[in-house]
Amino acid sequence: MTSDLQRERLAYRRSRARRSTLVALASTVVFAAAVWFGVTGAPGWPRVRDSFFDWRVALRSLPAVAGGLWLNVRVLVVCEVAVLVLALLVAAARTLRGPVWFPLRALSTAYVDLFRGLPLLICLYLVGFGLPGLRLSGVPTDPVVLGGIALVLVYSAYVAEVFRAGIESVHPSQVAAARSLGLDHRRTLRLVVLPQAVRRVLPALLNDFVALQKDCGLISVLGAVDAVRAAQIESSLAYDFTPYVVAGLLFVLLAVPSGRLADRVARRAARRQGAL
Amino acid sequence: MNVLSVTGLVKEYGGKRVLDGVDLEVAEGEVVALIGASGSGKSTLLRCVNLLEDIDDGQVFLLGRDVSDPRVDPDLARRDMGVVFQAYNLFPHMTVLDNITLAPRVVHGVPPAEATATAMDLLTRVGLADRATAYPDRLSGGQQQRVALARALAYDPKLLLLDEITSALDPELVGEVLALVREIAAAGRTILMATHEMGFARQVADRICFLDGGRVVESGPAAQVLGNPEQPRTREFLRRVIDAGRLQDPRPDRGGRV
Repeated sequence: MTSDLQRERLAYRRSRARRSTLVALASTVVFAAAVWFGVTGAPGWPRVRDSFFDWRVALRSLPAVAGGLWLNVRVLVVCEVAVLVLALLVAAARTLRGPVWFPLRALSTAYVDLFRGLPLLICLYLVGFGLPGLRLSGVPTDPVVLGGIALVLVYSAYVAEVFRAGIESVHPSQVAAARSLGLDHRRTLRLVVLPQAVRRVLPALLNDFVALQKDCGLISVLGAVDAVRAAQIESSLAYDFTPYVVAGLLFVLLAVPSGRLADRVARRAARRQGAL
Repeated sequence: MNVLSVTGLVKEYGGKRVLDGVDLEVAEGEVVALIGASGSGKSTLLRCVNLLEDIDDGQVFLLGRDVSDPRVDPDLARRDMGVVFQAYNLFPHMTVLDNITLAPRVVHGVPPAEATATAMDLLTRVGLADRATAYPDRLSGGQQQRVALARALAYDPKLLLLDEITSALDPELVGEVLALVREIAAAGRTILMATHEMGFARQVADRICFLDGGRVVESGPAAQVLGNPEQPRTREFLRRVIDAGRLQDPRPDRGGRV
């Protein structure tokens, strides 16, 4: 059925595709080589290699750092769930209309303004050292819990804004359609607006979660023995920075699947909306 | 020489043949209307001509040059074609004037002052000179579509492709757009258009091509194809159109649609 012309056309396209692949491959190799020789040719490279990339130190510190990372992962999972819930509530509160809801609306706006502006490190210090300093009964003193609270407070402010952007991106006609069917504000939000909003902001949400993933390492400043803290301890034992590199690599490895997952979820969402 | 010549055009989507060997010619100054049921491939044909789709077989010649050759830069070929889409597709972040001058300035290298002057002339022709600085969402559908026509004409293309440009419009706005197309056609522009407006096609088109099952089933002068079709499938299609027209619009004074 296919004409010679079309066969020739397909062959040409294939040869073009092959050529692009080869060009991409070659440029990647050249770039990698340039970086490699640029770094290893630097005058201070031998010293950097010894103090940052020492295999023996890396192997020795790996169990402790990996054990610390396990704490990070647990903190991450709990914080992610808490951030999702809190952020959704804040975002929903900001969409409420009518004077009755003014205090709630104002409170959530103030919350977002405060915690989005507050540097995470300062928030960690305030919550981690200030809160137990009050000596109230029932206030946790575990640095892991306190660090988690600070993370949730700051990240919920970001994620709430992501949710709000998604909610506001859903066309008002969707709300009109839902209300015309007799759904109240809450059910309109839950059944019609949020499903569309969440799908739309998923890439941004997952982006924030990858950021949260690595910022979990900051709870070490409160004394929690996580991957960063473990690396610090190992580092001072060995007089060598290699454990930090090990911890950094482990965090990157942890982030890679999240990044791929984000890509996949975004592609699937786009396909379902008929954009692909 | 034909402005457009399509031979044996095949286009498949996921194994389904939407176009199955279409042959079509448009001579200079000619107005050709593509008619056919929804899904008969009218829009796909226009998209293939504009090289927005990779075709699966056949050839597209524009001004005698095979633009379906993969060695041809589609962006260069598109400089000779203007397209108006069903949903206007104006850029919402640009004013009416910027929408029209974009391609002349950026693609065709026309000096901004000259591009603006041409655009203002066109806007006067489409009756929207006073809306030059407005943004598209401030305009009615009919006005937006007239701007889209001006945008497609701004670089004086050899071939104008109109893809069901009145389908998204409210009935009372269809007339103003069709009147403008009639004027553009009368000025000698070569036009290939997909349309559901049979009455309009009869008045404006020199030739009508009826598409069915991915092929041109019947082609000929407008009066002949619409008034006295040879093919049973064309007759069947026109009968359904007339029935639907009567159902939708019983008023006798709106003779625009057959």
